[in-house]
Amino acid sequence: MLSAPRRSSRPEPSLADSLERWHIDMWLLLLLLAIGVIGLVVLYSASGHSLDQVMNQGERWIIGLIVMAVVAQAPPEWYRAIAPWIYSVTVILLILTLAIGATAKGAQRWLDLGFLRFQPSEMMKLAMPMTVAAFLHGRNLPPRIITMLIALVMVLVPFALIAKQPDLGTALLVIAAGFFALFFAGFRWRWMIGALAALGAAAPLMWNKLHDYQRQRILTLLDPESDPLGTGYHITQSKIAIGSGGLFGKGWLNGSQAKLDFLPESHTDFIFAVYSEEFGLLGILLLLIIYLAVVARGLFIAARAQDTFQRLLAASLSMTFFIYVFINMGMVIGLLPVVGVPLPLVSYGGTSIVTLLTGFGMLMSVQTHRKLLSS
Amino acid sequence: MGQRREKFKDLHGEKNTFLNRAVFAGVTCLALAVVLVARLINLQVMNHDYYSTRADDNRMRITPVPPVRGLIYDRNGTLLAENRPAFVLEVTPEQAGNLDDALKSLESVIALTPKDIARFKERVRKTPRYRGVPLRNNLSMEEVARYEINRHDFHGIDVNAGLTRNYPLSLAASHVVGYVGAINEEELKELDSAQYQGLIQMGKVGVEKSQEELLRGTPGAKIIEANAYGRPLRELDYRKGAPGKNLYLSLDSKVQAVAEAALGDLNGAIVAIDPRNGEVIAMVSKPGFDPQLFSEGVDAVTYKALNTDPNRPLFNRALQGTYPPGSTVKPAMALAGLEFNVVAPEHKEFCKGEYMLPGSSRKYRCWKRAGHGWMDMTQGVMKSCDVYFYALANTLGVDRIYEAMSGFGLGKPTGVDLPLEKGGLMPSREWKRRARKENWYPGETLNIGIGQGYMTTTPMQLAQMAARIAMRGGGFKPHIVHSTEDALTKVVTLVKPEALPPIVLQNPKNWDAVISAMEGVAQLQGGTAYKIGHDAPYRIAAKTGTAQVAGMAQNEAKARAMETIPVHLRDHALFIAFAPADDPKIAVGVLAEHGGHGASVAAPIARKLMDMYLLGEVRYRDGTEPVAAVVADPNAAPTEDDDINDAR
Repeated sequence: MLSAPRRSSRPEPSLADSLERWHIDMWLLLLLLAIGVIGLVVLYSASGHSLDQVMNQGERWIIGLIVMAVVAQAPPEWYRAIAPWIYSVTVILLILTLAIGATAKGAQRWLDLGFLRFQPSEMMKLAMPMTVAAFLHGRNLPPRIITMLIALVMVLVPFALIAKQPDLGTALLVIAAGFFALFFAGFRWRWMIGALAALGAAAPLMWNKLHDYQRQRILTLLDPESDPLGTGYHITQSKIAIGSGGLFGKGWLNGSQAKLDFLPESHTDFIFAVYSEEFGLLGILLLLIIYLAVVARGLFIAARAQDTFQRLLAASLSMTFFIYVFINMGMVIGLLPVVGVPLPLVSYGGTSIVTLLTGFGMLMSVQTHRKLLSS
Repeated sequence: MGQRREKFKDLHGEKNTFLNRAVFAGVTCLALAVVLVARLINLQVMNHDYYSTRADDNRMRITPVPPVRGLIYDRNGTLLAENRPAFVLEVTPEQAGNLDDALKSLESVIALTPKDIARFKERVRKTPRYRGVPLRNNLSMEEVARYEINRHDFHGIDVNAGLTRNYPLSLAASHVVGYVGAINEEELKELDSAQYQGLIQMGKVGVEKSQEELLRGTPGAKIIEANAYGRPLRELDYRKGAPGKNLYLSLDSKVQAVAEAALGDLNGAIVAIDPRNGEVIAMVSKPGFDPQLFSEGVDAVTYKALNTDPNRPLFNRALQGTYPPGSTVKPAMALAGLEFNVVAPEHKEFCKGEYMLPGSSRKYRCWKRAGHGWMDMTQGVMKSCDVYFYALANTLGVDRIYEAMSGFGLGKPTGVDLPLEKGGLMPSREWKRRARKENWYPGETLNIGIGQGYMTTTPMQLAQMAARIAMRGGGFKPHIVHSTEDALTKVVTLVKPEALPPIVLQNPKNWDAVISAMEGVAQLQGGTAYKIGHDAPYRIAAKTGTAQVAGMAQNEAKARAMETIPVHLRDHALFIAFAPADDPKIAVGVLAEHGGHGASVAAPIARKLMDMYLLGEVRYRDGTEPVAAVVADPNAAPTEDDDINDAR
C-alpha cells in the first residue's frame, strides 16, 4: 500500500544494495578483502621477499573471488539439489585417492587427473555441510535418532577416508562441518554429551591408531622443550617468534625468526607466527577481530536464512571457518597439537583459498537470494 | 513423502532452536578467541623479554677474534719468535655431510695422517655446532693449490689463513725462548677461558710460558647474525681485543749463538749475566730441540723420541739441571774463611796430596796427587788446592759454610723470570736430620768445602754467584725480559731490575782478596785458567771446577786418565768467571756434562762468549750500551724516574 510513495522518494542505491543485486554481500566481501590484503603483506615477508609467491597467491585470490561470485549467482535451492551428487562423487574420489593418489610428505592426499592435481578432501569441506544440511532439510527437527545415525554415517565415512590419508587436520575440519550442521539442526545436548563421552572412552583406542608422527606431535605439545631440535623445534621456534614480537611487533620485514629461517613452514602453516612477530599483539587483535566479524556476518546470514538447508549450510560454513582459524592459531601458539591446518585465507597454498571462497560464495547466495516472504 | 513430512514441521520451533544455538556458537567463538588472546598475552607481554632473548640467541653468534701473539726479540732486535702466516684446513661438520666420506675424498687432495683424523674427531666433539674445526695445520702451497682446484667438491671444508709461531733461532735458544703448543685438557681447566677465546695454543716453556700473560693479548669478538643453518649473514657488532705485547729480551742472540757453538758436541749449560743489572745475556742448554715442532703440533712418535732421548733435549739444564758445583765454590769458601775470621789471607796449609781429619785415617785427596806444598789463600784458589779447602772447611764447620753459601743463593732458585727453575741443594745439619734422619759427619763438611757431596747447584746459580762476587755483594735478581713494547702504540716499558739485598761484609777488603785470587786463576802463571786468561785483552776473574761423578776408591793412588773412563762416569767440567775484573760487565757460569776438567773444557767456552760480549758490538737495539742499574735506596723518596716508569 505504501510502496508507491516510498519508491519515489528512494535515495540513490547504496553500494551494499548495488552489490546485492549482483548477489555479492558487501560486508563479507570487504572483510575477506581485508584478510586478503593482510595475508599478501605477511606472505611477502614470510616467503623471504618472494614476489613470485605473492603473485601466485594473488592469482589464486582472483580465481577464488571469481569462483565466489559465480557460486553466489546460483540460488541455494540449486546447491541443495546437487549436494548428494557432489557428496557421492567426492567420496568416490577420496577412495580413488587412497587407491591411486600421489604421495607427498608421507601422506596420500593428491589426486592426479593428468590435467589437474587436487585434493578431494578439500572438496569434502564444502560437500559435507551441504550434504548434511540437505539431508536434514525437510525432516522433523530436532532430528530423530534414526536420522541422526544416518547423518553420523554420512559424516564419519569421509572423515575416516581423509584421516586414513593421513590428513588429520582436514579430517577434523570435515567432521566439524558435519557436526555443526547437526548441532544447528538441534542435535540434542544429551546425545552430544554422550557422543563426547564415547569419544573420550575411545581415546586410548584412537591413540593406538595414530601414526607415530601424530602421536609425537601431541606429546610435543605437552613439552616442546624436551626435544628442541626434533619435533618440538617447530613449536619452540614459533613461540620464540610470537613472544619476541611483543605488543607492537618488530615491524614488517623485521622478524628475525622467519627471515633467518629459524621458523619452519613460515609461509604456510606457521605464517601466523611471522605475523605475530612482525605486528605484535595489536596486529593479532586486528586480524582476530576481522575473523570474528566474518564469523558473525556468517551467523547473521544464517539467522536470516529462509529455509533449513540454507540456515544449516550458512551456520555450518561460518563455524567451520572459525574452527579453521582457532586450530591454526592454537597450534602455532602451542595450545593445540601440530595438525596441518593453514591459517584460512592467509597461509600460502591454492586449494584452500579457492575452497574457502567457494564456501563464502554459497553464504552470499544464501544472503542475496532471499525472497520477500513477509514485509 | 517429503510433502507429508513437511506438514509436521514445526518451523517456528526449529528457528528458535537454531537461534539459541547460533547464540551459543557465537559466545563459544568469543570464549575461544579470549583463550587465544590470553595465551598470546602470556607469550607476547608477560614472557616477551624471555622470548626476545631467545630470538637474539638464535640469530646472534659470537665469533672470537684471537689476539695476535706478541713477538719476542733479543736485545738487538733480532726476532726470536714471530708469527708466520700458515694455512689451516678447517671442516665444519654440520656442512660437510657424512664426515667419513668427506675425509676420504679430502685425503686424495691433502695428506692426512691417522693422527690428524683422530685429533680432529676429538676436537669435533668439543666444538659447538656450525664452527670450523681444524683438521690440519701448515698446508703447503701445493696442497692449498690442489684444494682450490677441487674446492667445489668440498662442502663445509675451508682453507683459512692463520698464524703459526716460528722460531728463527731454532735449537740455539729453544729452552730459553720456549714454544707454544696446543692447550691440553688440564690447562683448559685452569685457564681463564675468556682470555683464550679463539686460541688453541699457549706458551708451554721458556719465555713463551713465563710471559704468557703479556704475549697473549686480549681476544676480541665479532657478533655475527647467522641464519638457522649457521651461515653468517652480517656483522652486528665488533668488540675490540688487544694484541699481545712484544718482548725485548736481554738475551743477545750473537752471544747465545757463540755459546751454543762453543759447547760443541758436549751436553751442558751456559748462563751469562750482566752483573750490573741482572740481565741474562745468554742461556744455553744442550742438546736443544726444534721448538717449531711444538708450535706446528708435534706428532706422538717425535714427541716420544724427544722424551725418551737419553740426552734429554727437552730438559733445560741451565735452570733444571742440578750438579755438584765442585771447586767453583772455593772463592765463596775463601770469603767465608776471611769474613768469619778463621783464616787470614796469609795463612798457609801444607798440601801433600791428601788430607785426613784429626783422629781419622780416611784420606781426602787433593786433585793433585803429588800435592801442592805450602798454599796460602790466593794460591789455594788459583791452583784450586783441595787440601787447603778441606782444612778451611773443617775450621769453618758446616753451619758457617751453609750460611755463607746460602748468602750467595746456592741451593735456592734465583727467581729468574723463567719457568721451572730448580733450587738444587745446600746441605746443612738441619737438612740432614730432616731428610736423611742422620747426624752430620765432619767428613761431609770437607766434601761441601770443595763443592761435592750432597751439594748441588744449577748453572744459573753459578753464574749468579759469579755476578754477586763481581758486584762485591751487590747484584740483581736475574731477569731475561728487558722491556715490553705495546704492539700498537710502540710505547716501550723497561723492566726495572730488582736489586737483591746486598751481602754486607764486616771487612769489605775481603772482597778484594777473593777477587784478586780469582784474577790470579786466569792471569797468573800456575792459575788453573791461566791458559784462557793471560792473553785476554781484558782481565778475567775466574774459578775452574771439576765435579766428580763417580766415587774414587780410597786406595786409588793415581787418578785415572780421563780417556779411560766411560763417558757417563767422567767428571763434569765447570767454570765461573766475570770480566773485566775491575769493571765487571759479564758474569758466566759454564757446565759441560762429563766434559772432564773445567780448566781445559769449560774455561775456553766462557772465554769465547766473553770475547763476543766484551769485544763484539753488543748493544741494545736503540744503540745504547748496557749500563748498571740504579739501586734504589729504599729509604729515599721516589724520584722523578720512578714516576715515569710507574706511569708506563
